[in-house]
Amino acid sequence: MPQNYIPIFLFMLVALAIPVVTLVIAKAVRPDNPHATKLMPYECGIDPVDTARARYTVRFYIVAILFVVFDVETIFLFPWAVQFKMLGWFGFVEMMVFLAILVVGYVWIWKKGALEWV
Amino acid sequence: MQTFAAQFANAHDLMVVMPMVMLTLFACGVLIIDLLLPAGDKRWNAATAALGLLFAGGSLWRVQATLAHQGMLGVSAFNGSVVMDPMAIFFCWLFLIATGITILISVRYMEIEQEDHGEYYALMLFSVVGMMCMASGKDIVLLFIGLELMAISTYVLVGFLRRDKRSNEAALKYLLLGAFSSGIFAYGLSLMYGLSGTTDVTLIGRRLAGLPESSHPILMLAVVTTLAGLFFKIAAVPFHQWAPDAYEGAPTAITGFMSVAGKAAAWALLLRIFAFALRYEQTIWMPMVIAVAVMTLTGGNLAAMTQNNLKRLLAYSSIAHVGYMLLGLVAWNETGIKGILVYLLVYTFMNLGAFAVIVSLRRRDLIGDEIDDIAGLWFKRPVEALLMVIFLLSLGGIPPLAGFYGKYFIFLSLIETGHYVLASLAVFYIAVSLYYYLRIINAMLMRPALDAEPIQPAFGLRLALWVTALATVGIGLFPEIFIRAAAWTMTAPRAVTQAFLR
Repeated sequence: MPQNYIPIFLFMLVALAIPVVTLVIAKAVRPDNPHATKLMPYECGIDPVDTARARYTVRFYIVAILFVVFDVETIFLFPWAVQFKMLGWFGFVEMMVFLAILVVGYVWIWKKGALEWV
Repeated sequence: MQTFAAQFANAHDLMVVMPMVMLTLFACGVLIIDLLLPAGDKRWNAATAALGLLFAGGSLWRVQATLAHQGMLGVSAFNGSVVMDPMAIFFCWLFLIATGITILISVRYMEIEQEDHGEYYALMLFSVVGMMCMASGKDIVLLFIGLELMAISTYVLVGFLRRDKRSNEAALKYLLLGAFSSGIFAYGLSLMYGLSGTTDVTLIGRRLAGLPESSHPILMLAVVTTLAGLFFKIAAVPFHQWAPDAYEGAPTAITGFMSVAGKAAAWALLLRIFAFALRYEQTIWMPMVIAVAVMTLTGGNLAAMTQNNLKRLLAYSSIAHVGYMLLGLVAWNETGIKGILVYLLVYTFMNLGAFAVIVSLRRRDLIGDEIDDIAGLWFKRPVEALLMVIFLLSLGGIPPLAGFYGKYFIFLSLIETGHYVLASLAVFYIAVSLYYYLRIINAMLMRPALDAEPIQPAFGLRLALWVTALATVGIGLFPEIFIRAAAWTMTAPRAVTQAFLR
């Protein structure tokens, strides 16, 4: 039984070899010409004015999370809309239940002030 | 149209999952009611959540009555992905009781912490929905979603004391380790799905048994990763490191909730996976379970001896209790499974009671979770001290109390199956565990109080104390009467073991 796993180990060996070989070949072939400018972060060709490690306000994360939640909601709405006739009243009620739960969440985040940007 | 809709859901399906539906409705209701309540008067949140538990209990009672009426071993719904069998119902009752007691403990405590928000109760109800999915799921996808729903709600609850550094630290540690272990668990499930081609746990069990020998290395990997994930969730050594930190930092009421309801849910999941999906793979998992059980007993008991923080001590003691329950799994007969279920039931009462006493120590200027804080409790509040003695002796397994019956069935099952060495090891560790329980009792009764400030537990807390104490003494003194009065307690293990082990 273990010999059945030989292809997997061969596969792993090949997968390991590919990046190593590529790096070695690249090192041998490419021109070696280091320069300080090459290490600078690229910002539309202009000299960078500040450190790239800036801190973002935590509100971006809240907005991002809310976006994901309501974006996924839309993803669920599309197939329902396409099959609207076939699903009939049952589908309609089910979708309204789904939306009602999300509306609870929406009212909650609204009242909690997660949508305010100050 | 009608038949198309009926494929997906009908009134019967809805009846089966009604406890979960009720809890979800009331959790959403708590969120909305919280917005309407003025700051400083948030008790209606707790009342709404408690009402939700009552409604869920009513729905659960209806499911149970249907089962009893039709004499069935379980009703399934949603194309067999949910099944309400006696074990699921037993666990659902356990979750509801534990949550009810936790709510009683929490009301005043969260006010003192100045974190009495509605989300606290809503999250608790949501996590109970997850637990119920774990107990009643028969499809690995539903089981996993239930696990995650419970875990994510608990991560937030652990970090609920936003101004407390320890609470935040505990939540972060718990989140990182929990997500990691969920990943490992999901990996194991995916391998099982890959090997069997189905997500139904019963079918997985049958198809795994019929696998050719060439698949055994992968099967081994699937079992090991699944077990690692499950052992993490029940906090068995060597996957226990998250427990003491998370338990110490979490709000004390949530520590009790996690150690009781969360643990019971993880056990429900574990029993479901073992009894169905891994039913015929005993030769693979039995040595691992024995090793983990011995390590858990040793690690939990020895580490608990050196703790000076009450919550941390109880965290290690709860790890040790998991060790005893794992021994029931080692025996793997009807008595063993019954032992695990009875153990979880009595553990719910005695452990929540002990945490309720710790909560009663909390005052505005005192966190009250060190052993020094409980010193001289006898001279300040003899009633609380006496109840704490009862809970601790019960946790230690002293005969006239409930904890004894948990251990009794476990030992009986070990002796029935001829595991004499394991049984004597477990008895030895009872002696060790008595050392650290008696250390707390010694501090309460023998040492003078550090300050004379009186403790005034709130009504809810006192009610919770008396309920848990009554149950701890009641189950211990009259196990037969109690068991007959609550018929489901015993029919559940008996029916479930018949279904499991035939």
